Amino acid sequence: MIYRVKDLRLSFADMARKPLVGRAPRIEVLKGISFDIPKGAVLGIVGGSGSGKSTLGRAMLRLIEPDTGKIEFDGVDITHAPEATLRPMRHRFQMIFQDPMSSLNPRQRVGTIIASPLRLQGLDGIGARVDEALDMVGLPRSFAKRYPHELSGGQRQRVGIARAIALRPDFILADEIVSGLDVSSQAQVLSLLDELVRELGLTLAFISHDLSVIRRLCSDIIVLHHGEIVETAPTAQLFNAPQAAYTRELLDAIPLPDPDQAWA
Amino acid sequence: MNGYLTVKNLSVSLPNGVRILRNVSLDVAAGQVHGLVGESGAGKSMIGKAVLGTLPHKIEITGGEIWMDGVDLLKLTPKERRKKIGAIAALIPQDPLTALNPSKRIGPQITSRLVEILGWSQQNATARAIELLEQVHIPDPARVMRSYPHELSGGMRQRILIASAFAAEPKLIIADEPTTALDVTVQKQILKLIAHMQARHGTALLFVTHDLGVVSKVCDTLSVLYAGKIIENANMRRFFTRPIHPYSRALLAATPTYTNPDSLLTSVSDEIVEGLANEIHYHDIRNTL
Amino acid sequence: MRDARGDMRRPLGLRLWLSGGWLALLVLGAVFAPVFAPQDPLAQDLFASRLPPFWVEGSEAGYPLGSDSLGRDVLSRMLYGAQLALIVALVAGTLTCLIGATLGLIAGYYRGWPDLIISRFIEIWMAFPPVLFAILLIAVLGTGLSSIIIAIVVIDWTRFARVIRAEAMGESAMDYVASAQVSGRPRFSTMLKEILPNVVPTIVVLLTLEMGIAVIVEAILSFVNLSISTDSPTWGSMISEGRTSVHQAWWVLIFPLFALFLTVLSFSQLGEGLKDRFDPVLR
Repeated sequence: MIYRVKDLRLSFADMARKPLVGRAPRIEVLKGISFDIPKGAVLGIVGGSGSGKSTLGRAMLRLIEPDTGKIEFDGVDITHAPEATLRPMRHRFQMIFQDPMSSLNPRQRVGTIIASPLRLQGLDGIGARVDEALDMVGLPRSFAKRYPHELSGGQRQRVGIARAIALRPDFILADEIVSGLDVSSQAQVLSLLDELVRELGLTLAFISHDLSVIRRLCSDIIVLHHGEIVETAPTAQLFNAPQAAYTRELLDAIPLPDPDQAWA
Repeated sequence: MNGYLTVKNLSVSLPNGVRILRNVSLDVAAGQVHGLVGESGAGKSMIGKAVLGTLPHKIEITGGEIWMDGVDLLKLTPKERRKKIGAIAALIPQDPLTALNPSKRIGPQITSRLVEILGWSQQNATARAIELLEQVHIPDPARVMRSYPHELSGGMRQRILIASAFAAEPKLIIADEPTTALDVTVQKQILKLIAHMQARHGTALLFVTHDLGVVSKVCDTLSVLYAGKIIENANMRRFFTRPIHPYSRALLAATPTYTNPDSLLTSVSDEIVEGLANEIHYHDIRNTL
Repeated sequence: MRDARGDMRRPLGLRLWLSGGWLALLVLGAVFAPVFAPQDPLAQDLFASRLPPFWVEGSEAGYPLGSDSLGRDVLSRMLYGAQLALIVALVAGTLTCLIGATLGLIAGYYRGWPDLIISRFIEIWMAFPPVLFAILLIAVLGTGLSSIIIAIVVIDWTRFARVIRAEAMGESAMDYVASAQVSGRPRFSTMLKEILPNVVPTIVVLLTLEMGIAVIVEAILSFVNLSISTDSPTWGSMISEGRTSVHQAWWVLIFPLFALFLTVLSFSQLGEGLKDRFDPVLR
């Protein structure tokens, strides 16, 4: 098992309702999440806005700390581990972010952006690794000299992927990485991810609100609604025989490019 | 071409000569919904902005005509144009978050246009606003009128924007990617609402989107846009059963559909892009500015 | 990749040349004052009092911009006055920037306790009326160059701190910062290598603004004789003296005033121009 998550709970302080004196009330975002990710799986995490899927992703990467529950990465309990303990492990679990505009430092060149994690982990042969990463995501090597604003959304997203895979991690979390892209860029990025998972033997967790995209890529799916898992199933089963009412609602809501779709 | 809105050979460029729209012609028939489909950067928002007179500073219309309600808007003075557009057109914007003024209550935001620009009485305007909020299925409209935008959800805000657009009984509405920022379940509700309101009020609607799935649910006719050039015009049924242009076919193929277990997500192939580039190039040569 | 604002850069280029030009001239004049100054700035010559500038009838060679009521050469005094203005601008401006920006950066990035302490500090500090504060400070420290510099720094660092704090907070919310954490970058390193470069354009603008302010504050202080000792020429004291004889010798007031105006304007325009030059995003 790459990831074991048990009864994860996370809440945020609701600053809008904070009384003048005293603590702010908490909003529960994750209400007891449990699931496993076996090595080599591609797990889809589906939910609408407010479902907690992004928070779950960030908790898995320990960008935020859960209140209670357990997160185990490859047998190591990382739930409340301090940053100093996590740092030497960080190259093993990486993340690709949603917004191609804000996930790349606008004042660093692409080459620096990809090389930076490599440097931090004390690896050598960095130049070669950067070139290799760019090759793998289908970007020309000359892009290393460019700045993010000189690239299109799809290209920026591929830089984000290059940055994540350059470290040869065991696990990658992709947080809504195609949501801001148009249809053909989406298709390219997804095909790329598919290829990389196979080539590099990655385990992937793919967060999305778009079931069509999930189906293409994922072997198993969990459906999140208001901070709880309402359904867990292998992909084909989820689409053919959805159990939870919310899952069915999600499926029914998708507008297919078909004028005869029964879309009541 | 005899629609309520007829755009004829509209060309728009940046001052340095970069073309944004290339001889765009399209027709929105009265009471019909016309889709405008294209990928991001194709220029679809620009057409809406050109029609409504809200093109960003420095971007210029370099040719063409925009006929609305029998008048070529481009032949009017800016003041006349604004008056005409204000009276008969409205916009449903993309982002419900930024389209509403965060420091004003909802009520004034709907009524101010009616009162200040169209000269309605405050009483009539308020009654109208509440009526419309009911039409868009907002519970407790009176309370919502007194609320601030940040107190409401994204779906609610989009409903308010839709109500706002229909408030003055416009003859034409331009919906600029109205559901792109919404969840898929909320999107379904909003699309149905827009279709319902459009049918009820008989408004001509120009629906801008990048999602072919959405198009098939609301539009009667559509145009496909690539790099500022109209690639194909069709009525909806024909387009989805027999798309003509290779780019249209590629777009359809690249749209994810979960129903086909073997559906491969293909992107628009290099040959098609090259073919398109040639078309564009040929167009530009024949139409040097 | 050009964007539509590409053609806006022409006036900016001009701006940079003009402001940079004036400041360069000023620096030259200040540094080489002993060479360029026609007279000793302190030398009084009652026979040469109230001489007009060279293009007016009645002027004398050796006093190109005229002389004041005590027969001191205006140009020479302006050149030596420029020395003071520039030293104050550079030193006070830079120190204010360093202290304010550092505290702002730390508060904005780390949040938590450092932010609580620094923000409270800023709020309390800003509650003191600045002019009163300056006068009090100088009363305690005595007049002199270092007093002025300390006074300016002490009063104005909060301006930097607040703005940079807000910028740092904004940048910290960006995904590239989360990415740095995921890559294993320690927090201090993230603040320096990821956040700071994105905040530099704002710092540059504020710094040049601050330099302009420093020049004005010094002028005000010397106007009320709270600056350096009353012997050395300063633009502020020249303006003060020039007021009394404005009807008979307008040049004593107008020239230093004009120089002051141009200098402050140039500093702020320089900031705007430089910010865009050094920002790869806007280029």
